[in-house]
Amino acid sequence: MSERTRLAVFLAGAVPLAALLTLALIGLPGSDLPLGDLAGTIAAHAVPERKGTNTVIDVAFDYRALDTLGEEFMVFVAAIGTAVLLRATRADDERSNVEERRELHGDDASELMRWAGGALAPVTVLVGLYVVSHGQLTPGGGFQGGVVLATAFLFVYLSGRRVASGRVNALSLTEAAEAAGAAGFALIGIGGLIFGAVLMENFVDLGSKGSVWSGGTIPLANVAVGIEVAGAFVVILTELLDQLVVGRGARR
Amino acid sequence: MNAPAYAVAAWLLLVGLYGVVTSRNLVHLVVCLSVSQASTYVLLLGIGWREHATAPIFADIPTGTRVVDPVVQALTLTDIVVQAAVTALLLALVVQARKRLGTADPNRIGVLKG
Amino acid sequence: MIAVQYATLVLVAVAGTLVVLARDPRRQAVVTGVFGLALSILFFAFQAPDVALSALAVGTVAMPGMILLALAMIAREDEDG
Repeated sequence: MSERTRLAVFLAGAVPLAALLTLALIGLPGSDLPLGDLAGTIAAHAVPERKGTNTVIDVAFDYRALDTLGEEFMVFVAAIGTAVLLRATRADDERSNVEERRELHGDDASELMRWAGGALAPVTVLVGLYVVSHGQLTPGGGFQGGVVLATAFLFVYLSGRRVASGRVNALSLTEAAEAAGAAGFALIGIGGLIFGAVLMENFVDLGSKGSVWSGGTIPLANVAVGIEVAGAFVVILTELLDQLVVGRGARR
Repeated sequence: MNAPAYAVAAWLLLVGLYGVVTSRNLVHLVVCLSVSQASTYVLLLGIGWREHATAPIFADIPTGTRVVDPVVQALTLTDIVVQAAVTALLLALVVQARKRLGTADPNRIGVLKG
Repeated sequence: MIAVQYATLVLVAVAGTLVVLARDPRRQAVVTGVFGLALSILFFAFQAPDVALSALAVGTVAMPGMILLALAMIAREDEDG
């Protein structure tokens, strides 16, 4: 199908789609109504019941923890799929190499990049750890903090510091950490089954409102998800970067 | 009064689909897909928003103040991180396709080969 | 709706259109960073700080980074092959 035909078919389909969307979206209730039943109940009762002041994280890690388990495993599987695909590419390249560089470090980092990356990386790690651990009190949580922690790894690479002396060691540690995070979340859910007779039930002591350890299993789940998301993105970035390093070594 | 948010969501969906249909580079195609995904976040938050309401974090406001919907926010925040991971998978597929087929132009990648 | 929300909606619509219209993927990576930033400001204006944090971390660092790395791998294929 040529490009013009494809565009014509798309426009023929897009105009009715736009009309249907307009019809559907106009019919939604307006924004001056109070919150619906589900949201209103949660907004009123989440803090007294669970003692976690961030109701969004309460919903994501306690009331609807099963959905978060599924989403977390999607991240896990996507990281594994990326690693499998890129390792297949690397296996094809390696057959034609005699020896490759097994270190992960940026070759051509300038002085400014070294200083900037070296200064920013520990600050980013600290911010990431703060965001992960305070998810139940203020905006944040495992997902956001995990991505922030993974960007700290990117800073280290950009600054040219040696990340690992052997690619195999660093990568398997990261993969083990990622798997541990995913397993940790599932184990917390099973712990709810064992101790509370309901999967994902909040079975740890709830603590008092406003303290870091409030919310029962929520801080534990935050930490598990933070480790898992950070590990997944570090695996993805390592696979992409390692591809580049192997390629450059091959050309020399 | 939420109509502008819904209109922007519908616009982003259609613009992203247009980019996917008329793309000449596979990487460009994957990024246009992420624009379409962003339209769902705007739609969800538009549904959850309430007039004169504040964020659903009760750290410093008394319980019982009017807040926006926390359930849609919980859905959206995990969604964004999952979108990034799936985009990484799609980009890895693009790299493999480029390696095997020699071109990154979807118009030239023809029939599926066995 | 207050004026900030209207402004951010317009900004997001314009940024999304620019992402699609930027045909060169390297240019598109930078515009994606701007789109991620506009999205996170929109989420702040709609009283959703958790979602805004997520969009900021992903849309400004992770997405452009992965796009540029994928492009570098494809370019390396061109040089080798």
